[in-house]
Amino acid sequence: MDLSFEWIIKIIETNWPMFLRGAGVTLLIALIGTIFGALIGLLAGIIRTIPIPERGAKKGFLKFINIILSVYIEFFRGTPMIVQAMVIYYGSAAAFGWQMNPIIAGVVIVAINTGAYMAEIVRGGIISVDTGQYEAAQAIGMNHVQTMTHVVMPQVIRNILPATGNQFIINIKDTAVLSVISVTELFFQTKTVAGNNFRYFEAFFIVCIIYFILTYAVTLILRYFERKLDGPDNYIVVGNQAQIEAGEHKGIGQ
Amino acid sequence: METVIDIQRLSKSFGNHEVLKDIHFSVNKGEVVCIIGSSGSGKSTLLRCVNLLEKPSGGKIIYHGENILDDKHDIHAYRRRLGMVFQQFNLFNNHNVLGNCVIGQMKVLKRSKEEAEKVALKYLKVVGMDRFVNAKPRQLSGGQKQRVAIARALSMEPDVLLFDEPTSALDPEMVGEVLKVMKELAETGLTMLIVTHEMEFAKEVSDRVVFMDKGVIAEEGSPDQIFNHPTGERTREFLKRTLRAI
Ligand SMILES: Nc1ncnc2c1ncn2[C@@H]1O[C@H](COP(=O)(O)OP(=O)(O)O)[C@@H](O)[C@H]1O
Ligand SMILES: [Mg+2]
Repeated sequence: MDLSFEWIIKIIETNWPMFLRGAGVTLLIALIGTIFGALIGLLAGIIRTIPIPERGAKKGFLKFINIILSVYIEFFRGTPMIVQAMVIYYGSAAAFGWQMNPIIAGVVIVAINTGAYMAEIVRGGIISVDTGQYEAAQAIGMNHVQTMTHVVMPQVIRNILPATGNQFIINIKDTAVLSVISVTELFFQTKTVAGNNFRYFEAFFIVCIIYFILTYAVTLILRYFERKLDGPDNYIVVGNQAQIEAGEHKGIGQ
Repeated sequence: METVIDIQRLSKSFGNHEVLKDIHFSVNKGEVVCIIGSSGSGKSTLLRCVNLLEKPSGGKIIYHGENILDDKHDIHAYRRRLGMVFQQFNLFNNHNVLGNCVIGQMKVLKRSKEEAEKVALKYLKVVGMDRFVNAKPRQLSGGQKQRVAIARALSMEPDVLLFDEPTSALDPEMVGEVLKVMKELAETGLTMLIVTHEMEFAKEVSDRVVFMDKGVIAEEGSPDQIFNHPTGERTREFLKRTLRAI
């Protein structure tokens, strides 16, 4: 029973529920953390692209918010997530006496972190939408909200989608650091399994494969969605006017 | 003759750079007015002031007897009565051809999807793009994009259609197809205000030609007057330069 391969089989056989639960927790934290992080980033990115008026009370307020956002972004991008996890988890216990649920703490940390990265990505995504798009919408009489909802934001979302997917994949891997605050995610479970058997190589080899399957599956799913969103590469030249008017916009190739 | 837009003492400055000075002119219903002039003379700025993409620094824009520069005026309601065709097309990248022509009708004019599509198809047919309803802007040539942009503006059934150098960003072989559409529109009696460098086109389709120079209207008159008997020194110089270049 000293061959690694046999140990790998044995560990999977006896511990698969733990790996599965760990993978579930990892995916859950990464997914919810990425979604909330993207929302934080969207909000922060939008606020940071609002043109600052030349004078008035709005100017001071906006400047103040922008400073807060800059501090937030720079601070969370400039410190390791593993350290942030310790500070937030033990800090909230020491300062307020909160015993945070580790999974909730994990989601909060991932979301805040992702938000800091996404804020810059969203800002870039907004800036990269040509001003002509905005002007064309204004020119047909759309107001600001209509312009944003029907023209600008759909393009921003499309622009930031690859970066958001990338962030999700990074989060799947980086949730491993949450084991320091006893979140029972995949890495934490693996440490337990390895400790029970004293088979460190085998246990971590297995989890290595699991992480890869998770990230690769997510990559494929995201690619599928991106392609779906872009629509077909070719358009169909419609041949028959009567058919268009009947509402058949597809499949009338000529 | 019914005046659609009447511009009085319009001025526009960017910082201390005065780009438009004391502009007076009006567009009548059914009229085709071409604005010519050298680059930097303020033609685009004038057009953009007319539909308030730029806020004029002074003067009045009278539309249906009301000064739309009054604070109380709803600029979105005014803008939807004006169509604009841009040099760079500016088709909505997140919509296909049909979507580009439908979205404004549905969201701004509150038309139903069915009605909006019917209207869109009617105007896409006018510009010869009805067979491309499914295409995305990135899949079209420049000439096709500009024709869709014209259909998008027409779908809003505006009182006036503004064009800012609609053929300047096109490859030479595509200029013709866009000018042909514009000529046909002019013949239907649509009110059009066109900034153009296409002198032959201006000569042929306009009821009136406006020559701009350094932020003022230097000369204005019938095409025959402007092209064959210009009175201003600057007009003559400009025409000599541009017509020789062709
Ligand atoms: N947004 C702007 N900010 C500052 N200056 C501008 C702006 N837009 C136009 N101008 C200036 O106004 C003048 C007229 O420009 P424009 O109306 O584009 O001329 P035209 O369309 O006749 O070529 C130019 O000197 C240009 O540099
Ligand atoms: Mg111009």
